Amino acid sequence: MKLRALLVVLAAGCATPAGEAEYRARAEAAVKSAFAGGDPVILARVLKQDDAQRLCSEHRDSPPAAIAGSMMAAQRAAIAYPASGRLMGDWRQGKRIAEDTGGMRFGDKPGPPNGGNCYACHQLARAEIVHGTLGPSLLGYGKAHGAGEAAQREAYERIYSPQAFTACSAMPRFGHNGVLTPDQVAHLVALLLDPASEVNR
Amino acid sequence: MVLLLFIALPAAADGSSDGLVRKYREALKDASPGELYVLMGEELFHAKRGPKKASLERCDFGLGPGVLKGAYAQLPRYFADTDKVEDVESRLASCMTALQGYSAAQLPRHGYGDARMGDFLRLAVYVAWQSNGMKLAPPLGHPKELDAYRIGELLFYRRAGSHDFSCATCHAASGKRVRLQRLTNLADPKDAQHGFPTWPAYRPVAGDVHTMQLWIGACMYQIRHPQLVFASEASIALQVYMAQQAAGGVIAVPGVKR
Repeated sequence: MKLRALLVVLAAGCATPAGEAEYRARAEAAVKSAFAGGDPVILARVLKQDDAQRLCSEHRDSPPAAIAGSMMAAQRAAIAYPASGRLMGDWRQGKRIAEDTGGMRFGDKPGPPNGGNCYACHQLARAEIVHGTLGPSLLGYGKAHGAGEAAQREAYERIYSPQAFTACSAMPRFGHNGVLTPDQVAHLVALLLDPASEVNR
Repeated sequence: MVLLLFIALPAAADGSSDGLVRKYREALKDASPGELYVLMGEELFHAKRGPKKASLERCDFGLGPGVLKGAYAQLPRYFADTDKVEDVESRLASCMTALQGYSAAQLPRHGYGDARMGDFLRLAVYVAWQSNGMKLAPPLGHPKELDAYRIGELLFYRRAGSHDFSCATCHAASGKRVRLQRLTNLADPKDAQHGFPTWPAYRPVAGDVHTMQLWIGACMYQIRHPQLVFASEASIALQVYMAQQAAGGVIAVPGVKR
């Protein structure tokens, strides 16, 4: 293994920046051929990375501070809010969205509404033990943060565009990428903040 | 053994599935349904099939025609006859084309969700099984192997699609889970050595044996990428990267996964 690692390091060390760019171009060509003939809507999005995706890929999700700062600012400027102006919806609808695992995979019924599949990564309710740990536990989130205007705004923005807070966060930009509508995000805010929600009971 | 196929994993009362999966593995140790696939693969391997009515007995997996012992431990690798880096399934496809006369249309188009994968799963397990107990040691000396490694590494960290996911989103940290599924940290050789060389594996949830290539296709489904083309450059490059990360791990197939 050590020898292998050394070989790779040597090869990487000898490579000029042009070599790096060449490998990137070849990786992009490999993506194109890997998914040829696949679902065209999904394919188009996978082929074309936006700036955040491209920079996160290049920096392996740890961009230097200066780049991270401008990435977060760009994400913040792109946050859109519900037309109604209400950032907190109905926690019961939020629960359904959190539990819905589907949407935007190949073979799924195209078009909204999509699910958030929040339990894949987060603990949200004591009763639901089948939850992932890629994201932090959100049990009692509303108890800790309250349900005031500032808490609503922060929860909304964190779900809409987590990369406005942490550049290259592992969490999908649910609102920014159009996975969830602003109203759906507001329902998830209610799930997190409403004292009656199972998150806070 | 047939009954075992239908045993469902009980819900974990403590929210952790690791203990249960371990118990399940022990229960299946001497009678894993995956072992059936080895037997079925052996039969397929020696059967005279295809337009040329030939067996795969002369197929060269890198150690010479017909040499199976230890061959899987050195895959994926470069093959001069096809001028490509190939994993076990794409090598099988090359041999089925050259020796048995199968046409491209008779081979799977996709790994995940393609009914034509059935034979490949059985044959792949049979070939892999003959490296059991050996250390994974895929070569990296040929320029195309090194190219595949570097492209695979870039692809591993490439974020794209509606959900911003890359392979690294789930597989670059230790001790994490999606739902109850423990995730292998492929960026950490220690964890990779444990997770990677136990593929192909029997998956009770699917009631089927899956190969690494098919499993990558299943990941692509979940990370909102399109259907992965069977034996595509990217599917091989990702495996070259993972195999290098996992080098030194001991092959034990068919593994039992969740």
